[in-house]
Amino acid sequence: MESLIEKNGKGRIKISQPNSGQLKFRMLMIGTAIFTVAGFFLLDYSGLELWPAIIGTLENLKTMFLQPQLNQVNFGSAMYQVLVTLSLAFLSTILGAVISLFLAFGAAVNLSRPWISRVIKGFITVIRAVPTVLWVLIFAIAAGLGAVAAVIGMLFHSVAYLVKAYSEAFEEIDEGKIEALRATGSGYPHILFQVVVPQTKSFLIAWTFLRFEINFGVAVAMGAAAGAGGIGYELFMSSSFYYDMNEVGMITYMILIVAVILELVANKLKSAA
Amino acid sequence: MAVKTKERPLATQPAKKTDGIVFPFDLEKQEQQENGRSDAPVIMSVDNIDKAYSGKKKVLKDVTFDIRQGEVLSIIGPSGAGKSTLLRVINRMIEPSDGKITFQGKETLSMKGKELRSMRTDIGMIFQHYNLVDKLSVFENVLHGLLGYKNSLQGIFSLYSEAEKKRAIEIISELGIEEQIYKRCDELSGGQKQRVGIARALIQDPKIILCDEPIASLDPNASKVIMEYLRRISRERDITIIVNLHQLDAAKQYSDRIIGLNDGNIVYNGAPDAIDSDAITRIYGSKLDELIVE
Amino acid sequence: MDKTNMQHANDVNVIRKKHMKLFFAGVIIIALVFGAGAVTNYNHIEGLMSIPAAFQWLFANMMFSGSTLANLSNVLRLLWETILISIVSTTTAAVFAGVFAIMGSKLTAINPVVMYAAKLAASVSRNIPVVAWALILVISFGTNAATGFLALFFATFGFLVRAFIETIDEASGDTVEALKATGATYPQVIAKAVIPEAMPQMFSWVLFMIETNIRSATLVGLLTGTGIGYLFDLYYKQLNYEMVSLITLAIVIAVLIIEWISNLIRREIL
Repeated sequence: MESLIEKNGKGRIKISQPNSGQLKFRMLMIGTAIFTVAGFFLLDYSGLELWPAIIGTLENLKTMFLQPQLNQVNFGSAMYQVLVTLSLAFLSTILGAVISLFLAFGAAVNLSRPWISRVIKGFITVIRAVPTVLWVLIFAIAAGLGAVAAVIGMLFHSVAYLVKAYSEAFEEIDEGKIEALRATGSGYPHILFQVVVPQTKSFLIAWTFLRFEINFGVAVAMGAAAGAGGIGYELFMSSSFYYDMNEVGMITYMILIVAVILELVANKLKSAA
Repeated sequence: MAVKTKERPLATQPAKKTDGIVFPFDLEKQEQQENGRSDAPVIMSVDNIDKAYSGKKKVLKDVTFDIRQGEVLSIIGPSGAGKSTLLRVINRMIEPSDGKITFQGKETLSMKGKELRSMRTDIGMIFQHYNLVDKLSVFENVLHGLLGYKNSLQGIFSLYSEAEKKRAIEIISELGIEEQIYKRCDELSGGQKQRVGIARALIQDPKIILCDEPIASLDPNASKVIMEYLRRISRERDITIIVNLHQLDAAKQYSDRIIGLNDGNIVYNGAPDAIDSDAITRIYGSKLDELIVE
Repeated sequence: MDKTNMQHANDVNVIRKKHMKLFFAGVIIIALVFGAGAVTNYNHIEGLMSIPAAFQWLFANMMFSGSTLANLSNVLRLLWETILISIVSTTTAAVFAGVFAIMGSKLTAINPVVMYAAKLAASVSRNIPVVAWALILVISFGTNAATGFLALFFATFGFLVRAFIETIDEASGDTVEALKATGATYPQVIAKAVIPEAMPQMFSWVLFMIETNIRSATLVGLLTGTGIGYLFDLYYKQLNYEMVSLITLAIVIAVLIIEWISNLIRREIL
């Protein structure tokens, strides 16, 4: 028994013997902490006066959240702009969902050949590496700033996200069910739409809605940063052009309410799936 | 180690030696003590316990029984009868809606803070799914049993004395898992994990050990080892073992007394050999057929 | 015979109903697509045509000239700054999110009021889009690394609280019960059960958020005039498309490298 017990330098009994994975994890945590602290000093704060900035921001936040009011736009047109943003998000989600469904059949290892799966997954990794705003601006060069560039640009990340989610759902299908249909001599499309899709329907819907929720936030951003219109553009105008904190507050509330509702629905769908 | 007096191979030892099972039991000694428990002192009395989860129907109805020192008490019944709730009411992991529990002469239901924690150190607990911290070593998991005796800082920084560590090593080797002492718990088999669970309860130096379906996730061999260990603990250390079981035969084989629960009511309370088909029907009701199929 | 016929008729009915439902769902979705198209002036044909056009353009501008490549060091410097902001804001947010997640998880909450307050703070913080944070902060903080840091901090914080709560609930339910039963104190339960069990998965979420934040940092930079996003915007407006392509390529490579490193780390720790 004694031979099994290890002691440390001070002759005290050790209560654990971390393996290499645990040691690496510990090093990683320490490294991250050091990097974070160092990072604070490496960042470029030129022109920043911290206290006035904090106080100014707090005052702005107070105006925003305690005295929200629309000035440049009326309530009806602001609501319409929310609808525009929702529509952009909806279009890129639903078009993305259709494309993703077919790509996911190819990406799921149990429904496809390994090389097809690898090609699709590699393609998606590269697509996802480009920030959405850059996609939108790149498409704007070809199609002009506006809804087309926004929807197509947002489509790319939606597809990347949904193919991953869908194909993982497909990969969890019981192999026996596919086998059984194969044995009856059913064709490939038959298997996909009679077994694979119905079996995973609730997952597909939940993930698609989750992406819709994300896309709403993205669409707000694209309105502000890439000329896609909608409530994001109004937000950009009232903050960067009119410096109207009351209106920024009201618009933020509108966005927040829609986002929270979408999140609640997405959570419901997710827990039901 | 004192316990390793006899090694008795299983009658039907399988070709593959799972778990490195060792049977250091003295069966004759057990036979002698079998019926000598009814005169032991009562250490806990449970009186008129009711439990209803917010507004729904009662899970426990007017449950009353005594617990004697050093006995092995099995609680059996169909699933949903309230076994697991009853067990957790005893150490107040679940608060009963009504009733009274007296443990070592003190009322436990009014205890708070430090007093409650100190009451819990006197009651060990083991679980169906072992509930070990998978990422930590066997040694650390066993030492967790001492947390109730330590203040927060001592516990957080794992400040255990050498004497405490030695005691942990002793208990670990008594349970035959000394080879695994530095292994992470997710590297162990089910039977080994449950032995770590027992060691964690034992180091608390408890008066009672609560066992929530301790063998429900184990194969027959490992189940036998665990039940034998539990009975031996009660015999050698005079610790009361209260065990939830859904296997009637295991309850009959290992306990001094059986309590049958059905739908939150105690429908049987007596010796294991006195259970007849009538009692079984009362406990399991029409579900008896299912039980036999199992 | 009659019975099987009835059965059959029933089945046919069920299938017919299913088809009807599917049909209506399809009609509604198509109507919504056209409705949304009308609201936003989106043209499907134009959208389809723009995809090959954009890729053609992107690759045509990948033949970098000497003068473009001369700017590479500048690109790399701002890219590094962007990466730095993403990592620092994520790790800082993770520390705060850890505390809020412990308060917000049903398993470890001190009391229900604090639990809902923690959850509410996280929900507000994540549902205000990162652009709104950036636009609000830039007014007082100016075009400065602090703006980007704080904007990413708030969005990341909200997201991580939700992810961490899920992780805690999944990873440590059983062990929390076991340690409470030994009479352990609340801080002991957190330190000995929750943290060891949930830490690796939490770290994996942090890695995920760093990857995401490098992309978000580009967006924030574009709005607040900092980092690589600012540089992209600058050349984009000057119609210097070679530089635009170069910056895009640099970002893609940086993100791919970071994803690769994260995956290596995940394989080690999970």
